Amino acid sequence: MPVPLLVPALIGLAFLLLPLIALLVRAPWRSLPEQLTSAEVWEALRLSLVCATAATGLSLVVGVPLAWLLARTRFPGRGLVRALVTLPLVLPPVVGGVALLLAFGRNGVIGQWLDSWFGITLPFTTTGVVLAETFVAMPFLVISVEGTLRAADPRYEEAATTLGASRFTAFRRVTLPLIAPGIAAGAVLAWARALGEFGATITFAGNFPGRTQTMPLAVYLALQNDPAAAIALSLVLLAVSIAVLAALRDRWMTAS
Amino acid sequence: MTRSAHRPRRTLQVAGASAAALLTLSACSSSGTGSDKGSSPAKPSGTVTVFAAASLKESFEALGKTFEKQHPGTKVTFNFGGSDTLAASITSGAPADVFAAASPKTMATVTDQQDAAGTPVTFVRNRLEIATPPGNPDHISSLKDLTKPGLKVVLCDKTVPCGAAAQKALDAGGLTLTPVSYEQDVKSALTKVELKEADAAVVYRTDVRAAGDKVAGVDFPESAQAVNDYPIALLENAPNPKAAKAFVALVRSTEGRKALSGAGFLKP
Amino acid sequence: MTDLDDTTTGVLAEGLDARLVVQRGTFRLDITLTAAPGEVVALLGPNGAGKTTALRALAGLTPLTSGHLRLDGTPLDATPPESRPVGVVFQDYLLFPHLTALDNVAFGPRCRGAGKAEARAQAADWLDRMGLADHAGAKPRRLSGGQAQRVAVARALATRPRLLLLDEPLAALDARTRLEVRAQLRRHLAEFEAVAVLVTHDPLDAMVLADRLVVIEHGHVVQEGTPSHIARHPRTDYIARLVGLNLYRGRAEGHTVRLDAGPAITTTEELSGPAFVAFPPGAVTLYRERPSGSSARNLWRCEVAGLETHGDQIRADLTGALALTADLTTVAAAELDLHPGAPVWAAVKATQTHAYPA
Repeated sequence: MPVPLLVPALIGLAFLLLPLIALLVRAPWRSLPEQLTSAEVWEALRLSLVCATAATGLSLVVGVPLAWLLARTRFPGRGLVRALVTLPLVLPPVVGGVALLLAFGRNGVIGQWLDSWFGITLPFTTTGVVLAETFVAMPFLVISVEGTLRAADPRYEEAATTLGASRFTAFRRVTLPLIAPGIAAGAVLAWARALGEFGATITFAGNFPGRTQTMPLAVYLALQNDPAAAIALSLVLLAVSIAVLAALRDRWMTAS
Repeated sequence: MTRSAHRPRRTLQVAGASAAALLTLSACSSSGTGSDKGSSPAKPSGTVTVFAAASLKESFEALGKTFEKQHPGTKVTFNFGGSDTLAASITSGAPADVFAAASPKTMATVTDQQDAAGTPVTFVRNRLEIATPPGNPDHISSLKDLTKPGLKVVLCDKTVPCGAAAQKALDAGGLTLTPVSYEQDVKSALTKVELKEADAAVVYRTDVRAAGDKVAGVDFPESAQAVNDYPIALLENAPNPKAAKAFVALVRSTEGRKALSGAGFLKP
Repeated sequence: MTDLDDTTTGVLAEGLDARLVVQRGTFRLDITLTAAPGEVVALLGPNGAGKTTALRALAGLTPLTSGHLRLDGTPLDATPPESRPVGVVFQDYLLFPHLTALDNVAFGPRCRGAGKAEARAQAADWLDRMGLADHAGAKPRRLSGGQAQRVAVARALATRPRLLLLDEPLAALDARTRLEVRAQLRRHLAEFEAVAVLVTHDPLDAMVLADRLVVIEHGHVVQEGTPSHIARHPRTDYIARLVGLNLYRGRAEGHTVRLDAGPAITTTEELSGPAFVAFPPGAVTLYRERPSGSSARNLWRCEVAGLETHGDQIRADLTGALALTADLTTVAAAELDLHPGAPVWAAVKATQTHAYPA
């Protein structure tokens, strides 16, 4: 095995793993049961899982068609649109949260109409959490699915068309099953990103236990005056995400 | 101008708390602009590193400029942030000369670790105000008004000082308030009002002042029960103790107090 | 440039009647294509000639720049591909990998409105006809090349198209499978009652499968006719090479055709005016010394440019007085001590040549 590759690889691995190991080493194991029996922890965990899953679902519903549009159609300014779609990847999440407030806030560009026409306000609601997480997580899904679509042979869609399938039927019955592994991978990425989302969520949806306080928010606030509790919460989040990712990986990603 | 400013400060510090004696001394020696004191080994020079609570940003930056003018050859660098975070970095060995915290509790974490040189002194106090959008559209005039149904109020989370203070004030008034959000710091709470997402927030007077005309402030009597003391201390391992002493002296001088009260802080 | 036994042109009440014009950058396809029901037409041509473009235009996958397309009298120019009564067998079949053979075949009937059970019944019937009843439940990756090809044909036929398009239907098969599948495909095409158009660059596939060949070069039809006619009367170097003939163009005067560039060739036919002369490589005899007693009047001094094995024979490419290819046995090649650069004399008997008007 070539040393110039092996050494940096091991350094990289160690760099990624050491903080996690430190978390385990310094975890307040003795007070852990007590920390984790508080209702607030489970409330935050439940909310995190529900919101991350809902955000992933929302990303799938609009993100997959968006990926298809980017991969399979030609329109002026497509390159620009793609760049804009990936913007949330580089945008600091807090800025994303502020941007969401400016758009969907009670006083926002769209939010003011939602409020005055339908009486819907999104900030400080669980829906707001889902939106914030979707904003940050969807680009991961779109990028992943678009890549898979580009790699997939578009002639299958043509073949379906010659058999009498409309473009939508061809997409639904042929393309979608063909790119299912890519969609699954993208959904897992998006879900993981949504689960860990902090900045956009706290900025757009605020922090209220049971309604908008997800695990990362609980961790951050616990860190202010009770680092031991923060570590305990982090361990729970870590354990849950490892469990879910491992399960999905076995079921979906290796099957392809 | 520099010279004339020293005289009243000196008197004031002598009259001050016993803990200030050390500072008074240093203030004297640091004032050496005349040739008669040119030989003094205490003349401040070099860089002073000040860790200060985020709410002190505007006033401390102005004082930093004054300090550099008064003592040519010095430079003041600031690290503003949440008091808890700053305290944590100081106890972890961050090279700082001065620490100005937003609560005695956070200062205590530093003194408990024997990282402060001498006893911290309270140099200003801050009290709460209700921040509303400009013009106070919901006609809020008391803390009790915040409990009106349908009103969107944000508070700081109980884990941060402004949240703890707000809770104290509510308890004092015998009020129960369910906010729409417990924000992670005072600036976030204020931002929600500035963006008109929230109808009101309980924040510090200084924050209302700093926000200018983007928010309006409403004073309330219960805030007297939740006044926050801001302690300042020299640090044990200060790389530049002479200049640090001089900076603390400036903060506590008449000039310093003027700058701080201009930002909305109260006298200690 | 149309051929002598071109079929009827003009509007047909039945079958295919098309003029396909597709402009793509600098490439322009412009061909006229007609076919009667039951007829199998092969589009033959080198790579890049526009065969596949023509096929895609017929299927509606590539829009026409101009021209027209009528099938059984109905204009299809503006009909989207999913509404055309056209079935396509793609070059690498494009069987949907996530569906079983049965569901691949049932896909078309489903899309055209059949219920699930009905579509599957139809599909099972088609697979049975193709001798694939045992493989109905198999996913495409578990089918052999020949089986996959038959599933693809079944899938295309299951929509009961009025026009069946086959893009290089045998190209993806190995030599042995190809022989067998070609015979089967010929049978299925013979049974097919509507128009079939197949695209190939393989002259053998074209000649075995098609009733009529349409040869395309550079986007244009250069010749069309029955396989035997085209084999005997090639009009371009490409076709001549395909059918294995040496082809020359010149001006005929009695029994002599004086070539545009080169010597004259003595023929048996008596013609006048522009003409083609063709002869097979096997008609050429090679000598190292000039044959003194030879009666052949077609004798040229050449040089061996290259040698290659061609079946059980050696094919020699010659340059010199006349560029030609000659086939000879391995033994003869050894006796002549042929090698690139060797000077040779090439002779062709007049009776072995074939001349026809250009």
